Parts: sequence; C-alpha cells; structure tokens
Amino acid sequence: MSRQLATFVLDGARYGVDVVRVQEALRSHTRTPVPLAPAGISGLVNLRGEVVLSIDLRVRMGLPPLAAGAEPMMVVVQVDGEPISLLVDEVGDVIDVEETQFEAPPDTLAAELREVILGAYKLDGGLLLALDVERATAA
Amino acid sequence: MEDLDEIVHEFLIESHENLDQLDSDLVALESTPGARELLGSVFRTIHTIKGTSGFLAFGSLEKVTHAGENLLVELRDGRRSMDQPTTDVLLEMVDSIRAILESIEADGTEGSVDVAPVVERIRAVLEARVDAPEAAVPAEEPAAEPEPVVETTAPEPAPVVEAAEPVLAAVAAEPEEAPAEPEPAAEAPAAPAPATPAVRKVVAKKPVVAKKPVVAKKPVVAKKPAVAAAASGATGRASAVATETATEQTRPADDGAPHPVLPDMTDVGRSDVVPSPHPPADTPEVAVPPAPVTAPAEAVAPPEVPSSDATTARSAADGSIRVDVDLLDALMRQVSELVLARNAISRLAEGGGDVDLARASQRLSLIASELQEGVMKTRMQPIEHVWSKVPRMVRDLAAACDRQVRLEMIGGDTELDRSLLEAIKDPLTHLIRNAVDHGIESPAARVAAGKPAQGLLSLRAYHAGGQVVVEITDDGKGVDPQAVASTAVRRGVRTTEQVANMAPAELLQLLFLPGFSTAEAVTNVSGRGVGMDVVRTKIESIGGTVDIDSTVGRGTTWRLRIPLTLAIMPAVTVECDSEIYAIPQVSLLELVALGDSTSDGAIEYVGSSPVYRLRGDLLPLVDLRELFGVPDRSEEGRTVIAVLQADTVRFGLVVDRVLNTEEIVVKPLSARLKAIGLYAGATLMGDGRVSLILDVQGLARRSMAADVGEHARALRSDEVLHDVQTVQTLVAGIGDGRRVAIPLSAVTRLEKLPAAVVEHVGSREVMQYRGQITPVARLDRMLGSLSDQRDELTVVMYTRNERSVAIVVDEIIDIVDDHASRHSELGDHGLVGSTVLKERVTELLDIRAAVAAADPSFFSDDIDELAAFGELVGV
Repeated sequence: MSRQLATFVLDGARYGVDVVRVQEALRSHTRTPVPLAPAGISGLVNLRGEVVLSIDLRVRMGLPPLAAGAEPMMVVVQVDGEPISLLVDEVGDVIDVEETQFEAPPDTLAAELREVILGAYKLDGGLLLALDVERATAA
Repeated sequence: MEDLDEIVHEFLIESHENLDQLDSDLVALESTPGARELLGSVFRTIHTIKGTSGFLAFGSLEKVTHAGENLLVELRDGRRSMDQPTTDVLLEMVDSIRAILESIEADGTEGSVDVAPVVERIRAVLEARVDAPEAAVPAEEPAAEPEPVVETTAPEPAPVVEAAEPVLAAVAAEPEEAPAEPEPAAEAPAAPAPATPAVRKVVAKKPVVAKKPVVAKKPVVAKKPAVAAAASGATGRASAVATETATEQTRPADDGAPHPVLPDMTDVGRSDVVPSPHPPADTPEVAVPPAPVTAPAEAVAPPEVPSSDATTARSAADGSIRVDVDLLDALMRQVSELVLARNAISRLAEGGGDVDLARASQRLSLIASELQEGVMKTRMQPIEHVWSKVPRMVRDLAAACDRQVRLEMIGGDTELDRSLLEAIKDPLTHLIRNAVDHGIESPAARVAAGKPAQGLLSLRAYHAGGQVVVEITDDGKGVDPQAVASTAVRRGVRTTEQVANMAPAELLQLLFLPGFSTAEAVTNVSGRGVGMDVVRTKIESIGGTVDIDSTVGRGTTWRLRIPLTLAIMPAVTVECDSEIYAIPQVSLLELVALGDSTSDGAIEYVGSSPVYRLRGDLLPLVDLRELFGVPDRSEEGRTVIAVLQADTVRFGLVVDRVLNTEEIVVKPLSARLKAIGLYAGATLMGDGRVSLILDVQGLARRSMAADVGEHARALRSDEVLHDVQTVQTLVAGIGDGRRVAIPLSAVTRLEKLPAAVVEHVGSREVMQYRGQITPVARLDRMLGSLSDQRDELTVVMYTRNERSVAIVVDEIIDIVDDHASRHSELGDHGLVGSTVLKERVTELLDIRAAVAAADPSFFSDDIDELAAFGELVGV
C-alpha cells in the first residue's frame, strides 16, 4: 500500500499530509487577526473571495515562532469540507510512501507534537512525520 | 427507466405541494362548509393524485384516493355537508397519502403503508349517510378488515411539521440530475421563442382545453431556466406568459420545470387544464414529463369540474416561473462578489482624481445596487409559504390539547428571503405550539375567567424599520412573571435576591434562558425541556431578535424581528488597534465622538465600570480594546462611542475611529471561531482584506451578563425623555400600607442588603457601597410612617457623578407606567404630589429632597442640571 504525501518543512523537520486532503499550496496572504481566538489560530485570509481560517502550525506544535522577516507558506487543506490554511516554513515535494515504512511516534515525543502527529515514515533521506490534520486544526 | 423516474419525481414534488394546500383547504372548509371553490380545489387535488397513481401503478395510493374522492363527490354535490368526522377522515387520508409518497420517494415503492384502515373509515363515514349510493363504495376495495379505530387516531403533531422536509430534500437533491434532462431545459434558454410553437402543437391536439375558463386565470410558469428568466428580465418573461395565456396551454411548460421552487398553490387548480388522453409519445417536444402525470386523471375529470369556480385561482403563481434554488443562490453569491468588486472600484475611483473613472464607477455602483436589489427580490417569498401549514397544525394541536382555537393570520404576503423563511419555520412552530398548549386555556377555564370558550391565536407579519416583524399572539392566560421568577430560583439560574430586584419585563426575559420551562405539566406537545432558548438561538443566528410581551389573564405576544436578508447588509466599519471591524447597521443607534479623554463629557466610572452620560442617562461602555486585550490607546487619541442596541440592552462600544458605512457581504465564519461568540461572520473589504463582523448581542452578553437589569433600567429611563406623558415609575412600600412612586430614571440599582451594613458618620447613617461611603436615606422615617425593623434592607440606589445615595424602602412592589395626567397636587412634606397607581393612592416622592436630606452636598456640583432633573421627576 503506497500513499502520496504532500510534504512541508517546519523548524527543520519534514511533515506530510495525505495529498488528497491538500487543496493548494501558495505564498502567504495578509492575515486578519481574530481577537480572543484560541492559540494557534493566526487569522483569516481572503482566498479568492472565500474567507479561510489560518492556523499557525508552529504555535500548535509548541515550536518557536518563525524568524522575523521570514514569510511562511500556506498549505490549504480540506477539513470537514471546509478549507483551512496551515502556515508552514516551506512547501516540499509530493512523496510516495509505503505503509511498511510507517511507525507510531516514539514515546519521547513532546506532548504538543504527539498530539498532532500520526506517526513517522522512515525514508532514506530522514524521517517524514505524518500530520493528523483533524487534530492539528481542531479548535 | 430514466424517464419514468423523472415522471415519478415530478409527481412527488407536485403532490407534496398540493397536499400542503389541501391541509389548509380542508381546515378552512371545516369552518366554511359551503365554500364550493375550496371543495372544488380539494376534489381536483385528490383526483389528480388518484389519476396519476393509477397511471404509475401505485395501487394503494389509488385505492385510498379513490375512496376519498367518493366522499368528496358527495360533499361537492351537496349530498353531504362537511362535519368534523368527515374532516378527520379526510385529513387522515391526506396523512396516508403523504406516508405513501414518502415511501415512494425513499425507494420507489409504496412500501408497507397499510391503507385498508383508512379506506374502511372513509367508507364508514360514507355509509353513515343512510341513503349513500351503493356506487360510492370503492369497487376494488379489498375485503373489509375491521380495524380498531384506536389504532389510527389523530396523528401526533410532530409528523405534521416534518412533512415538508422530503420535498425540500428532493429539491436540494435534484441539481445533479438537472443537466441530464434533455429537451425543454436545453432548448428554452437559447431561444425562448421556439418553445411556443411546440406548445401550440400540443394545444392543437387538445381542443377541449378552450372550454375551461379556469385556465385563463393561470398563465403561469414557463418552462424556462432561471438564468434566462433572471437575465432577460421582465420583457422575456412577459412575452412567455402572454403566449402561454393565449394558447391556454400551461401544463406542459409548467410541469417540465425541473426544479419547482416557488410554492405553487395553484397546482390544485391547474391540474385540470390538460384533459389529454394522449400518451406522452404524441407530444415529445415539451410534454414528455408532464403529460403522463395528469393525462389519465383528466381523461375522467373534465365533465365533473365545476366551471364556475374561476375564483379558485390563487394568484401566487400567476405570471411567475419556477427557478432552481441553487441557481438563485449562485446568482446571489455572484452579485455579492460584484458588490465587493464595486466597493473596490469605488475606492480606487475616489483616490485617483480621474473624472471619467469616477463617473464610470458611479454608474457601476448604481447598476450593481439595482442588480443586487433585483436578485434579492427574486429570493423573497411571502411568509404565507410557511404559514400554510399552520391551520392544520393548530387544528391538530387544539384537538390534542382539548382547546378551542380560532386562528387569524394577517400579513401573509409579507416577504422574506427564502433562507430566512426556512430558518424561522421551527421557531414559529415552537411558539405556536406553546401558545396553543400553554397559552390558551381549556374552554372550561376560559369560560370561568369570563372569556369566550374559543381562544384566539393570531399571527401577524409586517415590515417595520427594514425588518420583518412576526407576532404570535394568544388571548390566553399569559405568563406570570412571579411564576417565572420562582422557577428561575428553583432551577438555580437566578438567586432570590436577583429576581426580587427584577422588573416584570426582565423576569419574562428569563424564559429565554437555556433549560427553562415553566410548564407545570410536561405534555407531548411542548414543554420537553427544549425551550425558548432554542427559539432565541435560532432567531439570533439569523440576525433577528425575539421578545415577549405578556399580561396575566389577557394573553401573550411573542415578537420576532427578522432582517430582510442575510447575505448583504449595511454596516458601519470601525477601527480598533488598526484592524477594521464591521458593526451591523441595525444594531447601531448613534455615534458619539469624544474629544480628548481629559476634557468634559468624557468617560466616567461607576466603580470600575466605564459609563458615559448620554443626554443625562448613563450609558454603560465596553471598550473594544480592553475586550480584545490589546494595548490601551494613547491618552491624546480621540475615540468614538458607537451606541448599540442588543435585545433590551443599550450600550456604548468604544472604538478608535469610525471609517465608513457600506454594504458588506456576509461570509460564513469557520465553526472553530463560533465558540468565541463575538463574531457574526466575516466580510471582505474593498482592498480585499478580511474583516470580522461583530456580533452585537454576543458583545452585550459577554461584557454585561451581570448587570443586564441595570442597563435595561437605564434604557427605560431613556424612554422617559421621549415620552413625558408616561413615566416609568418604581412603586415601593414604606410601611403603614403607604406607597411611594420613584421615577425609574432616578434609580440606578435595586439591592437587598443586610441591615448590619448600616454604619454611622456622626448622626448620619451611611453604608459602604462599591467601595464608597454612601449616605442612607430611610424613606419611612423621612415621610413619617412606621415600618417594622427588618434584618434585610431593600435599597434603591440613586447614583450620579460617582456619588450615590441609598434610599431604604420597605419593599419593592412593581414598576408601572405613571401617567402625568392623573397626578394630583395633593402632597405633603417630601412629596411632590400623589397619583393612583395599581388602584392605590401612591405618593410621588420628591427624590431631590430625599437625596438632599441624606447628603446635602449631593447636588451642589451641578446646579445647571437641576432643571433637567426636575423635568425627569415631573415637577
């Protein structure tokens, strides 16, 4: 069983999302902050006339904020029929992975990260962490 | 069998619509048994269904409609008059028809609906008439199975309400199939004209039609896709109507319409216009789907159709077309986008200084506005559409609850956006159930109370101030605020102290709290724990409000205020911490610009709560920056107060500045943000930025949950200014059975405090209230009455300029309207006169004297305002 994962980079690590979930990947747009929103919600963006919620994965995963001046990218994924934009550092290739390469996350993983990670694919070039899109975007 | 499915589908949609009408007609018929046109309409509906079901080989359906038809023939021919058993059995028939239709819709078969009991009962009713003709008994009826009557007693109300759902589901589910439909749909948009010859061809084969005068009244529903209709506008439509009227051949065009959206009441009447025995093959062009639907039925019908009942024609569908809902929604979305683009262009044009561009932009602006208005109108439907189910519902409810109810419906032609119409359906149903079950008393109780045994339930809809108001009024027992108060305390939603301080109108507001139901007995009709909070949530979710007005013993009015449309609304854009927010215009009362925050007329504080003196009344303030937790604005910054109205609460929202008023397009907000409860949606600004739309009700609820009563009172005192004739007055007892009236405008808060809070400064009594030393004025001592010593003091707080006086009374009796015309000069020391309130002589307190007695320096700092104050208290 092989799957295709769309990959992206966050704080040096590679993550993947099932490619069928991904609507598009694009440069970041101006975000309108939402006061009093839960942490991790970085604002709303205008995606061709549609108002789309944007989630900062770095905050979600307890990672330090992106260096000042660096522009994040947006990966727009479908969650329950609603598009949601994920802020990532860089967008990578679509990679074929085999189920045999999959392994559950190690117990030593930080709590915030374990929350949103399904597991890891052991690839030749390093580990590819599979993102749990539902958890990562939950309010 | 694609074709047949299509036919069945058309049949289902049409029948559902007809049945809804049938319910209303039957109930109406019961009260006016002689109405021939109603009878004719009922008869034709059943007849059409019977005929079609025979053609489509739905045996049970045919059987039950046949039986019903026999009964209706007798009624129509005047051999029998409409009475309650007849109505019952006919309604029952309608229910079984519905059940069968639902089953057909679900799996294409008639399912297991057993029609024998109904058929049997219809026959029983028929035979009750001794001289019933033998022929009336359905020939094909199966061996009579005597069924216990109990088994199919009047249906529970719940299914009645749900009955319409399948229709809607069907409509919604349909779009996928639409493109597949071959001939007419594809043909019409390209060239409306060619359709006419085709129609004529059909007509030519049916000369019979010309004899039906009824037809002329119903031109109706050209088979034309919505785009063509909407775009080509009035001319195209008018010509289509004209041709069709001329040829009197409406049926095929009409029935071919793939997505019947408009509630088409005239189907009942219209179904008899095509007495076509021709099989579908004869008229392939237009009539393929429709002809089979009506043909078999009409082959029999014509001789029986009373030709005199031209009045049966209902006007709802005259000159209208059926349009796909999805198409309308898409159109609406596109117009929304256009409005946004227009806003962007306007911005560019304003800044550029290019005259030509500005002119073009203005033109665009005008056209866009007109287009927007036009498209919005296409989505409007009369509220009648929802009301049509009410007569039947009320009848069933009344029977189930043992009530006698007369229903009155006024303003059914008031129009609302269809999405809103959908949204108010359930709340309306809930309120009507509530009115019949809990509002209107049993006939015996009514007679005992000196009212007619028959209760009156009236629905009224009208436009008011850019909103639609829907009122549900009953003349029943009303809601007792005290019962509400004690329930609130029992349920733990409010404490005894809290309810004691609340005015009756506020107590009634408690009904809208979650989990609140005052019904003493839980019935199967209402009072199942889902209460008025659901109604309120639903109405507020569409930007509306709901309130209640009730007089014990005389009845209750529920009032829904609903915006005309949802998708586009006028709003004011404001800025806070360099972000733009939109405030719906309907909630905005006025804007107040503040100078430097150090100057006069600025924000003051009551305790820690900021307030603003707006024309002499304290307006509670909510600072958006504070609420959002962003840094305070710099001291010199000018600010603006947007005075907002949420439910009964009025408050001021402090923002950095006001930008503009504009039409904004409401974009739905992710469900993940709804929990915050402060945003009603989002919108796109002219420059493409996203802005949040503030939820005014949510803001009020979040910021002021604790002090709603206080603000409500402040609000009422505002009304005093506008209407000097009647002044809201707090009536308080001061012992010895004496009562004093205190103008409500002078009251900032009511408190119950332990007697021990009173301390002394010299010979004066004082108490600590909100961190301040507050002088105490005991009215009983001041006015020379004798009251008992109590452990608890009832205190009326009077606050101005951060100074308060605690006025101690014996008890709070009520808040009533005091008419200045009834005042008498007769007074005494400390009084400004007397009046009669609540049938008791009540002394009018000279509140200034009372306050000054407790704190002589109270008024010293604002002599110029004394005059204004005197006006308030009515001196």
